[in-house]
Amino acid sequence: MKQFITFVKKEFLHVFRDLKTLLMLFGLPIVQIILFGFALTNEIKNAKIVICDYAKDNASQQIIGKFEASRQFEMEQSMLSHQQIETAFKEGKIKMAIVFPANFNKDLLHQNKAQVQLITDASDPNTATTLSSYATQIIMGYQNDLLQLQQLPYRINTEVRMIYNPELKAAVNFVPGVMSLILLLVCVLMTSVSIVKEKETGTMEILLVSPFNPFLVIVSKAVPYLALSLINLTVILLLSVFVLGMPVNGSILLLYAVSTLFIITALSLGLLISNVTASQQSAMLISLMGMLVPSILFTGFMFPLENIPYPLQLVANVVPAKWYYIIVKSIMVKGLGFSAIWKETLVLLGMTLVLLAVNIKKFKIRLV
Amino acid sequence: MRTLKFLLQKEFRQIFRNKALLPLLFVVPIVQLLILPLTADYEVKNINIAIVDHDHSTYSQKLVAKIGASGYFKLTDYTNSFNNAFKQIETDEADLILEIPQGFERSLIREDEQQLFLAVNAINGVKANLGGAYLNRIIADYNTDVRLEWVQMPKFSPIPTIEVTASNWFNPSMNYRFYMVPGILALLVTMIGAYMCALNIVKEKEVGTIEQINVTPVKKYQFILGKLIPFWVIGIVVFSVGLFGIGWLIYGIVPVGNLLMLYAYLAVYLIAVLGLGLLISTYSETQQQAMSVAFFFMMIFILMSGLFTSIDSMPRWAYVITQISPITYFIEVMRMIVLKGSGFANIQNHFLIMIGFAVFLNGWAILNYKKTS
Repeated sequence: MKQFITFVKKEFLHVFRDLKTLLMLFGLPIVQIILFGFALTNEIKNAKIVICDYAKDNASQQIIGKFEASRQFEMEQSMLSHQQIETAFKEGKIKMAIVFPANFNKDLLHQNKAQVQLITDASDPNTATTLSSYATQIIMGYQNDLLQLQQLPYRINTEVRMIYNPELKAAVNFVPGVMSLILLLVCVLMTSVSIVKEKETGTMEILLVSPFNPFLVIVSKAVPYLALSLINLTVILLLSVFVLGMPVNGSILLLYAVSTLFIITALSLGLLISNVTASQQSAMLISLMGMLVPSILFTGFMFPLENIPYPLQLVANVVPAKWYYIIVKSIMVKGLGFSAIWKETLVLLGMTLVLLAVNIKKFKIRLV
Repeated sequence: MRTLKFLLQKEFRQIFRNKALLPLLFVVPIVQLLILPLTADYEVKNINIAIVDHDHSTYSQKLVAKIGASGYFKLTDYTNSFNNAFKQIETDEADLILEIPQGFERSLIREDEQQLFLAVNAINGVKANLGGAYLNRIIADYNTDVRLEWVQMPKFSPIPTIEVTASNWFNPSMNYRFYMVPGILALLVTMIGAYMCALNIVKEKEVGTIEQINVTPVKKYQFILGKLIPFWVIGIVVFSVGLFGIGWLIYGIVPVGNLLMLYAYLAVYLIAVLGLGLLISTYSETQQQAMSVAFFFMMIFILMSGLFTSIDSMPRWAYVITQISPITYFIEVMRMIVLKGSGFANIQNHFLIMIGFAVFLNGWAILNYKKTS
């Protein structure tokens, strides 16, 4: 036990002496949670649009006024030809064009039917769909204004209630996502590299011939990162509550317990990578190139997971961040207890056990 | 020139001898490019809905049938109790709840007016909004159906209706893969360039071999060029495999614009990205440090590149950050050339900015690189 403590101390010294890495270790989560908490939103605001108004009458002006007033759209100058619209699209300046045909108001008043054309830049289909849906809502809103002048029979009204996030703040969705992403990547990265580094510089050989149990050498490497990650978690939570205004509706104790489990899962994954690689370069490439983008996409906070093809949903299941993301949402936002997240916790626990078992199996006392 | 040739020979040999590294450099990006574009579908379909029906009338059943037939919604629960439905929201089995009050049919007919209640899980605000909007449209349709049953409408619509038609340019089938493949390819090429370049030089520092090079008459610029060119070449090869092998053959994305221009832009872009890697390497002593710094910038650049979330929606200060990230421009240019067929006149500003990045990053790195320690 005394030996173990000495080893852990050594590892802490390693970490604390490398100020640049330490700064990154702590600076990175802080900067990113604030940056992404404020900047990331999958809502679409201030999308630049142009209006091509061939009608220039009362009705078209009123609808344009409605667009000007909405915060989803930002009007660029009006244009008068399709040619100009195409150029604007190709320069990437605008996302959508709205075309009012000539005689718009006349058609509307006399034939009770008029057309508006929306032209979207579908090279970004997600934005295009959302924008045309917003625009349709605004135009329908104008139509309803007209309708209200005449009372219709048999009206059905809907009352909509937004639960969990009445102000529709993007942070409620993104903070848990970025949190799982950062914790996962930082832990995997740091452990995998620190062990391979000893291999690469040759000091691993020395550690392995010491009378100390070789496997504990590895475990003692993970301990400082567990401690640092818990501090990181605390900082992230404080920032998200006090700076980003995230709620913590559930038990904070439970959140910490599950987070500790998640961190251990990530650390075991890092250990596994360090076990199978021989150089820092490969370890880093696996944990950065191999994991960054897949974790962003498979955690489910960017794009809804239920939309992806079924085989890939199975792939998403092996990404630990996916399960942690569900847990954090349940505890922080929905305020649920352990009974709601035991399945996800069990999955994380299972992953950790499997990873550790593979680690023990793969671990070699001899390097060559 | 001769010195450079030998240096290049050395670098290429080192890269190709590393049997662990090569597959990572080529296989990882290609596998990711094959799989990841499939995941980024934001189209809202399969919205799970739980319906609480207190009325159980013909009318309420018609409404339920209409919602089910719409194709957007999947009925996960049809119950009498709101609490049951709410449980489904808690477990994420349902995204929204529609509550039909008791006496829905009766009061709709007798009192001309009736309320429906909709509760939406709004953690993901956009999904909530879209789901709510779709459902509202269906309810409005249903409302018209009911009205038609009771009121004989004249042949011409008595109420003014505006028809909204949408045309989707550049990607009429709204295939989101057309958008994701070029974007993800850009990310992968960037990561290879920046990480590899940063790590490679720091590795020489860490292992100590850089001292040996420093004491030779090899010039500063020769050493740096010797490091940059191999990764520049690898970047272009990976890009080509991704663009033609995966984008064209598998996803069927035929670049609309001028390929020569695309490659010219890629060439400048890679120089800028490699310059970033170089700059990071001059400031780090160990690979761990280099990687931490590279990771820090990559994550910010990637998440704010506009590929995943809209740049226009960001607050002003965040928008400024996106504008000082080279990735943002590259993803834009990829989309402009590959999908929209923009010409040189459309992207000349992007060209100038990228040349600026390349000069600035490399210049800084070269100034900061010292042959003495």
